[in-house]
Amino acid sequence: MSILVDENTRLCTSGITGREGTFHSLRNRDYGTKVVAGVTPGKGGQDVDGIPVFNTFHAAVEQEGANTAMIFVPPRFAADSILEAEDAGIELIICITEGIPAHDELRVYNILKKNGRSRLIGPNCPGILSPGKASVGIIPASFFKQGNVGVVSRSGTLTYQIGNVLAQQGFGNSSIVGIGGDPVPGTDFIDVLTLFEDDAETELIVMCGEIGGDAEERAADFIAEHVTKPVIGYIAGFTAPPGKTMGHAGAIVSGSHGTAAAKAEALEAKGVRVGRTPTKVAEAAVALLRG
Amino acid sequence: MDLLEYQGKQLFARHGVPVPAGKPARSVEDAVAAADEIGYPCAVKAQVQIGGRGKLGGIRIAGDRREAEEHARAILGMDIRGLTVHELWIEGASQIASEYYASVVFDRSAKAPLVMLSTKGGMDIEAVAAEDPDAIASLHVDPLLGFQDFHGRRLAFEAGVDADVVRPVGAMLAKLYDVFTSEEATLVEVNPLIITPERDVKALDAKVTLDGNALYRHGDNAALRDLSAEDPQEVMAKERGLTYVKLDGDIGILANGAGLSMSTLDVVAEAGGTPANFLDAGGGSRADAITAAVEVILSDPKVKAVLFNIFGGITRCDEVAKGLIEAFEQIEPKVPFVVRLDGTNGEEGRALLEQAQLPNVHSEATMDGAAARVVELAGGAA
Repeated sequence: MSILVDENTRLCTSGITGREGTFHSLRNRDYGTKVVAGVTPGKGGQDVDGIPVFNTFHAAVEQEGANTAMIFVPPRFAADSILEAEDAGIELIICITEGIPAHDELRVYNILKKNGRSRLIGPNCPGILSPGKASVGIIPASFFKQGNVGVVSRSGTLTYQIGNVLAQQGFGNSSIVGIGGDPVPGTDFIDVLTLFEDDAETELIVMCGEIGGDAEERAADFIAEHVTKPVIGYIAGFTAPPGKTMGHAGAIVSGSHGTAAAKAEALEAKGVRVGRTPTKVAEAAVALLRG
Repeated sequence: MDLLEYQGKQLFARHGVPVPAGKPARSVEDAVAAADEIGYPCAVKAQVQIGGRGKLGGIRIAGDRREAEEHARAILGMDIRGLTVHELWIEGASQIASEYYASVVFDRSAKAPLVMLSTKGGMDIEAVAAEDPDAIASLHVDPLLGFQDFHGRRLAFEAGVDADVVRPVGAMLAKLYDVFTSEEATLVEVNPLIITPERDVKALDAKVTLDGNALYRHGDNAALRDLSAEDPQEVMAKERGLTYVKLDGDIGILANGAGLSMSTLDVVAEAGGTPANFLDAGGGSRADAITAAVEVILSDPKVKAVLFNIFGGITRCDEVAKGLIEAFEQIEPKVPFVVRLDGTNGEEGRALLEQAQLPNVHSEATMDGAAARVVELAGGAA
């Protein structure tokens, strides 16, 4: 097993005819993901290396049975594209786009929540990889192999760093989920921890957080009450000064809120081991897996 | 993007939020002319994005022309907690009967705007929240519904505002919510919100943070600037499209991705060093972006050594190596570099660097090893 994406994923990319959209859709297909359609308004009827392009998500769902969407359009069009995918009945929407206005994200989040039909991953995320089954997004899949470590992270490259150290020690992943670095992620740590807890293949969970917001603190409470599998945490941004956005729109210490120290403390207080460097996180995971 | 008080007030005025009449000024002459136009007494206020400027002498009342000139001369160029005052805001002095507090905050945890109102205005609201949390009335607004009159009434009654101003205070909150949504702010705060002896409601201060990602829809706001908060390296980085944050250490840092960049700073600090900057070269970094990044990092004279920490996903290590080689051709850096290239095309990248034989460039295999090496080269642990 794995979570969210696997052999049953039928992917439709919004923005498939753009440079990045084409590149990553084809990479995802090369990995073995069923990329069944693309959407670019006005380019319906064309194809991208054999992948049919439609004008609307609705057509992609009707004609190709798409059940997963990957959003690759520029920020100003992204909210609309997510809402279109949801309206067309797509259950899993993965938004890679970075730079979507916060108020757009707020609106989209609340509409999806109210309707209760679709799950949004991201925005501003690297996507999801279930090694050996499917890759949706921009994660460099060749570095990872199938295994028992579930990873959920607000950062892409940090995940690659930790995953690579694990792979060098011979350990693979059930799924790697990038929830993204924006202030209003569609799916947060708690949602993904729930999925990993119920996934038979996942034995251990690595959770990579960073400064800003209180998602890690809330996850700590949730882990204490609902997660039986071991969780190892990492928090980036101990040296971040207050009031500065550190690359991700959501990575900001506001006054005394959202510091890395407070997050690490909250996790440790609930019995979650926190590694101070990516290497230490991977080492702790390896130690636990080797028993 | 944080606005200065006067920029926030000008935004307020566009949305019908009552503010005292005022004018900005960047010189003593302009300040005096503004004061003459507004009339006396008037307030001369330092425009810096930092709290507590009143206590530090950054806000003074001028009773006449001579005082206006004296105050403007004293405040312009003043240092307020590390920020130099470049701009003043001159406004008519207000009579105050009561001081309240009002704000609309983007509550990312609740995924909804949070509106707050308190009759304990004019002081640090975090202190009020800590000492007397019941003194702050607050509620979340469903963003799909928007702010309704009943929200305003509930907050005003709960906060215990004077009975005769329940309606105007509620109306003020509705206008502040309008500023929050239509200007796409993440914070709109008024402290103090005043009631005058004539029972008018006015915003005496304005603290507004706008969402930088939404500025493309707000051309006027995109042009607003704050000279006092601008750092020369940060301006240079912005012009080159790089995500750079200046810090006060001596180890220049470049990594790819926000998370790995933050983590690199932490690992350098763990190794005993002090980072000079945060710089995320981004996904898919091309050689020219790397060259530009090296220029920005080295423009900070405090930098004694530079660390490149790349784990290539989309980013290709050979492109990073080419960028670094190009940068060395153009700038001839005087400080040592430590480079760790791993991930996509890592081998090609490392081979390119080896062939180029750049002076004083050291290759390291791991993130931890690279951090230790750069700390050593910068002169050892602090």
